[in-house]
Amino acid sequence: MTTPVTTKTPARPGERRRPGVAELVLRYPALGPTCALVLAVVVFSLLTSTFLSLDNMSLVVEQSLVVGTLALGQTLIILTAGIDLANAAIMVFGTLVMAKLGSAVGGFGGLVAGVLLCVVLGTVSGSLVTGLRLPPFIVTLGMLTAVAASARIYAAGQSFPVTDALLGALGQRSYLFGRIEVTTGMLVAVLMFVVVWYALTRTAWGRHVYALGNDPEAARLTGIHVNRTLLSVYVVAGVIYGIAAWQSLGRIPNADPNAYQTGNLDSITAVVIGGTSLFGGRGGVVGTLVGALIVTVLRSGLTQAGIDELYQDVATGILVIVAVALDQLARRRAR
Amino acid sequence: MAGRSRVLVRLVAVGAAAVALLASGCSSQRTDTGGGGGGGANTGPVKVGLVTKTDTNPYFVTLREAAQQAAQQQGAQLIALAGKFDGDNEGQVAAIENLTQQGVKGILITPSNSTGVLGAIKAARDRGITVIALDTETDPKDAVDATWATDNFAAGQKQGAYVKAALNNAPPKVIMLDGTPGSSVDTQRHGGFLKGFGIADGSPEIIGTAATNGDQNKAQQDMENLLQRSADVNAVYTLNEPNARGAYAALNARGLTGKVVVGSIDGGCQAMQDLKAGHYAATVMQFPKKMASDGVTAVVDFAKNGTRPSGFHDTGSELITDKPLPGLESKDTGWGQQNCWG
Repeated sequence: MTTPVTTKTPARPGERRRPGVAELVLRYPALGPTCALVLAVVVFSLLTSTFLSLDNMSLVVEQSLVVGTLALGQTLIILTAGIDLANAAIMVFGTLVMAKLGSAVGGFGGLVAGVLLCVVLGTVSGSLVTGLRLPPFIVTLGMLTAVAASARIYAAGQSFPVTDALLGALGQRSYLFGRIEVTTGMLVAVLMFVVVWYALTRTAWGRHVYALGNDPEAARLTGIHVNRTLLSVYVVAGVIYGIAAWQSLGRIPNADPNAYQTGNLDSITAVVIGGTSLFGGRGGVVGTLVGALIVTVLRSGLTQAGIDELYQDVATGILVIVAVALDQLARRRAR
Repeated sequence: MAGRSRVLVRLVAVGAAAVALLASGCSSQRTDTGGGGGGGANTGPVKVGLVTKTDTNPYFVTLREAAQQAAQQQGAQLIALAGKFDGDNEGQVAAIENLTQQGVKGILITPSNSTGVLGAIKAARDRGITVIALDTETDPKDAVDATWATDNFAAGQKQGAYVKAALNNAPPKVIMLDGTPGSSVDTQRHGGFLKGFGIADGSPEIIGTAATNGDQNKAQQDMENLLQRSADVNAVYTLNEPNARGAYAALNARGLTGKVVVGSIDGGCQAMQDLKAGHYAATVMQFPKKMASDGVTAVVDFAKNGTRPSGFHDTGSELITDKPLPGLESKDTGWGQQNCWG
């Protein structure tokens, strides 16, 4: 019964063990990405005279917000060995409702309706996965197509500039210690990461999520309500996508049905680079935060170093493969 | 097991060596900037940023190459960035921010969404950077200092006038293959065509319209479906040449190519081949190379003497066809091949 759980318990009796760098990297999925992030920041700080400044660091965080928030929801779903291809489409639909409906009924009504829509769409995905036992890949592929098209129908070929103060509130800038530029969106993102981190690591719900990601059958045998937990993951992800929609309007006060077409893959990239296993049960939100930042740091740094931006994608692609290779290595060792 | 840890140890060692190397590079670089006595932003060649909608579309590749060439000739440094897809506002905003951070003097941009990037453009201008729109206007137009673009309404008008004249007084039955509804280029070309043709939206002469997003496959599919509804058509408006190619494929499959006049806009080199082969009748060429080189020149001038560029600059358009019609000024495909792009 305890066999599957041990996959994330690194130290096992009866096996010779020599703790070292390798062991640490494999034991803490977020450690490798964090080293990569630090290395990238150091390299770009040395290569350019403009990268290492408070302004630019604020900018990097700001540029990571929307994909980072999407990736937070994506992390939960990937931890259950699922995948969400529809997250960015759901978010974009949310922004359109916030902006279009918001211009009619006011910012607050629009915001609530937009978040609710995202929750409903997340719930639909979750219900299909748990109720009909369809593979998440297929469910969310279908959702992606249907939701993106519905959003276009709703937008009727238009984009909607946002002027409402509440809808644009997460783009509000203020200064910490008079020097460091912070947007309200950054504070909200930090809060969200902390809450999800706490829920995943310090509550029974979090342990259930990991357990069912490792082995749903074993989780069921230990008395976990697998379906209920799985559905709750998709609902929570929907809430997070709703807040991502709000983040997106703070970042660019314009709801555009053509926006974030690669947001789903970008969020998966951030999660995977962050060390969360696509096979479920291993990883976490700290890695995702780091993963989202790495992608932005590469883009920002390579641009400022005057290197052709296609190399940014080459670098990101290599990182994804390295991350998955490390995960596989860890899994093989754990067996 | 031991083998694996050895690999990892080696990886870490390589990483450490890289850091050490870079650290030594750093000390020399520090001395450089120390000697220069200031930030790297104000030294060296004038930096010009270019932000296109994508970096895969041949049109934007041409724009980029022409800007690169112009920058080289004038001793400036071009940094070219792009969105990942048409409509990638977030990518364009990040590109503007990163260019601003890097100390460019001016940014040339083909905005994906006419309103999506306004905030970032304003922030850049507030920091003393001149921002110029290329190819696509911003909304409002004065969000940028100046615009170099094709007068798309005039280009549409030329297409409309030609297609109308080529019908030779036959009662028109028009299919319109539009682009992305709501985009300024789409609206202007569409409106120009109607004006040049002498009809209005909703006229009974228009027997079908489709929004193709400017995509060849989608244009072909839409055209096939429209022909399925009624093959009694004699004129086709296309937003761009990929649309015209899609329309041709659909018409050709039904053996209708000789009976239908297809017009287009863009002026890509592939279109010159298409025109020679008689796939469609005429296209209206635009001049992205001129947009790019004029834009770069404007930024370099701004860096040298502080004059901010301003206003709308029409880079012109030219009707290209091997079947010239009286009363309509046009050039043949020979001229087209020398001046086409892509």
